[in-house]
Amino acid sequence: MIDIWYGLADYLLPHDLARYVFMKNALLAVLLVTPVFGVLGTMVVSNRMAFFTEVLGHSALTGIGIGVLLGISDPTLPMIAIAVALAFLVNLLKDMTHSSMDTVMGVFLAFMVALGITILSRQGGVVKFTTYLIGDILAVTPAQIAWLAVLFIIVFVYWYFAGNALILTSVSGSLARSRMIRTFFVETSFTILLAVVVMVSIRLVGILIINSLLVLPAAAARNAARSISSYTVLSICISVFSGICGLFASYYLGTASGATIVLFSVACYGVSALAGLHRRKAFM
Amino acid sequence: MRISGLWRTTWRYLKLLSQDNKGIIIPWENKVCRHCCIRINDLTVRFGDKAVLDKVSIHIHCGEVMAIVGPNGAGKTTLLRTILGEVPHSGSMESLMGGVEKRMPRIGYVPQKLHLDPDSPVSVTDLAVLAGGKHPVWLGIPKKVLEEAEHALSVFSAGHLAKKRIGELSGGELQRVLLAIAMTAEPELLLLDEPGTGVDIQGLSLFYQLVRSLREQHDIAVIIVTHDLAGISPYVDRIILLNHSVIAEGEPDQVLSDDKMLRTFGPSLWNISRLPTVHEEVKSVD
Repeated sequence: MIDIWYGLADYLLPHDLARYVFMKNALLAVLLVTPVFGVLGTMVVSNRMAFFTEVLGHSALTGIGIGVLLGISDPTLPMIAIAVALAFLVNLLKDMTHSSMDTVMGVFLAFMVALGITILSRQGGVVKFTTYLIGDILAVTPAQIAWLAVLFIIVFVYWYFAGNALILTSVSGSLARSRMIRTFFVETSFTILLAVVVMVSIRLVGILIINSLLVLPAAAARNAARSISSYTVLSICISVFSGICGLFASYYLGTASGATIVLFSVACYGVSALAGLHRRKAFM
Repeated sequence: MRISGLWRTTWRYLKLLSQDNKGIIIPWENKVCRHCCIRINDLTVRFGDKAVLDKVSIHIHCGEVMAIVGPNGAGKTTLLRTILGEVPHSGSMESLMGGVEKRMPRIGYVPQKLHLDPDSPVSVTDLAVLAGGKHPVWLGIPKKVLEEAEHALSVFSAGHLAKKRIGELSGGELQRVLLAIAMTAEPELLLLDEPGTGVDIQGLSLFYQLVRSLREQHDIAVIIVTHDLAGISPYVDRIILLNHSVIAEGEPDQVLSDDKMLRTFGPSLWNISRLPTVHEEVKSVD
């Protein structure tokens, strides 16, 4: 399978990049991850979940810590377990608690980060985990790419069938329930899927910036979109565009790919915000 | 004798009548109903020790518009949310459709407001297709589905709004759009939550007339929850005064003119009817 991509990538990539297998892997990873971020981000922005995804990203520290405690070399599984538990808990609390969700999230963020750092710094070895903070998309392996491909398919199939219910639930929970939509199930399945996607891609883009990749393309698309379909499609396009540009730019500049990709997303957001401002002025 | 007791006796009698499949006559309507009705029996909702709703029984027939009126904190919203199945409760709710007993009626719900930012990209047609159709809206809406949605909207004088974003609508336009969307569910029971909020007087009058026409065309039961007793009474067949339990029940004239009932309900009823309604605000401008 991957050989077909390698053959194809020879034509797609500039000559100086096509020499490197890691570059072909990275490009494929970007092409699989960024559309997923684009589509999930639309709901993160609509539901004002930016803080939640920030907490989710940082909970990876605790997941890695537990992986280390258990002596597992690849901490992806404990990371996913912690994030899914967190997603479920936050969703449950949202229905039950009377205190502000903002505060509850703040407590979770503090707890997850502190617990993670405490475990990881036991023998003073916290520095070796910085790769999780920054991420390294160029080190992606074909096995990881296979996982990304599976997630890509799951997310788009999920969105095809559950997208309507999700969006309606975010517009009005009561309206959705009057249409026999089980809103708790819909919201929980979305946050769990989000948790899995964030955890699987955290090694590629890093804990510090994963949230930006989710939020920025959708936020940029929101400035220009006038319907759900244009919102979603624009968000995917901006996400993929920033991903490809950022990956190539990071190679030529010798910088971290994840952060460079985010800079391109920020630029897209800036342009769309200015355009939106201009349109609103014309409207008034 | 309490009016509610009288009604309950009447309904028990009508219920007996409705057990054969011949159809019954609704006395205040003089209109043959295919004995469809929705019964809410002894609905009780407790938040902790406090009974927000205490043995609320409501019986509504199709082709009837009922207003549930009460002061703030009377449990109106809780009642709506309970009917929608969002709140744990005791008591039962059942519907009788064409003589067949069913657990839950199909509900069309018009929310008071939506959780949308003003810059939200959701358009009017998006919302209509989201609520009604199976087609995934994010992939774009095919022409046929679009035309269906526009048709459904045009019935409620909202066809020209189809391409607008929800955030661009006025209060009255949004209410008509939400009503059109609620009706696409082909509901047996239509629930309206404070439809007067943020709607000007012309908009509100148009809206209530649309609701009246619905009841005649589709023979559905309509429940309007509001605190605006004076504003709602010209448009409804029956009014229930709710303050945690059913305080009074009757036709609008009865409720508005019955001194005894007004005294029973106490100053809070006067407060409701004396609240600055939309009508009065307009008058004062004149």
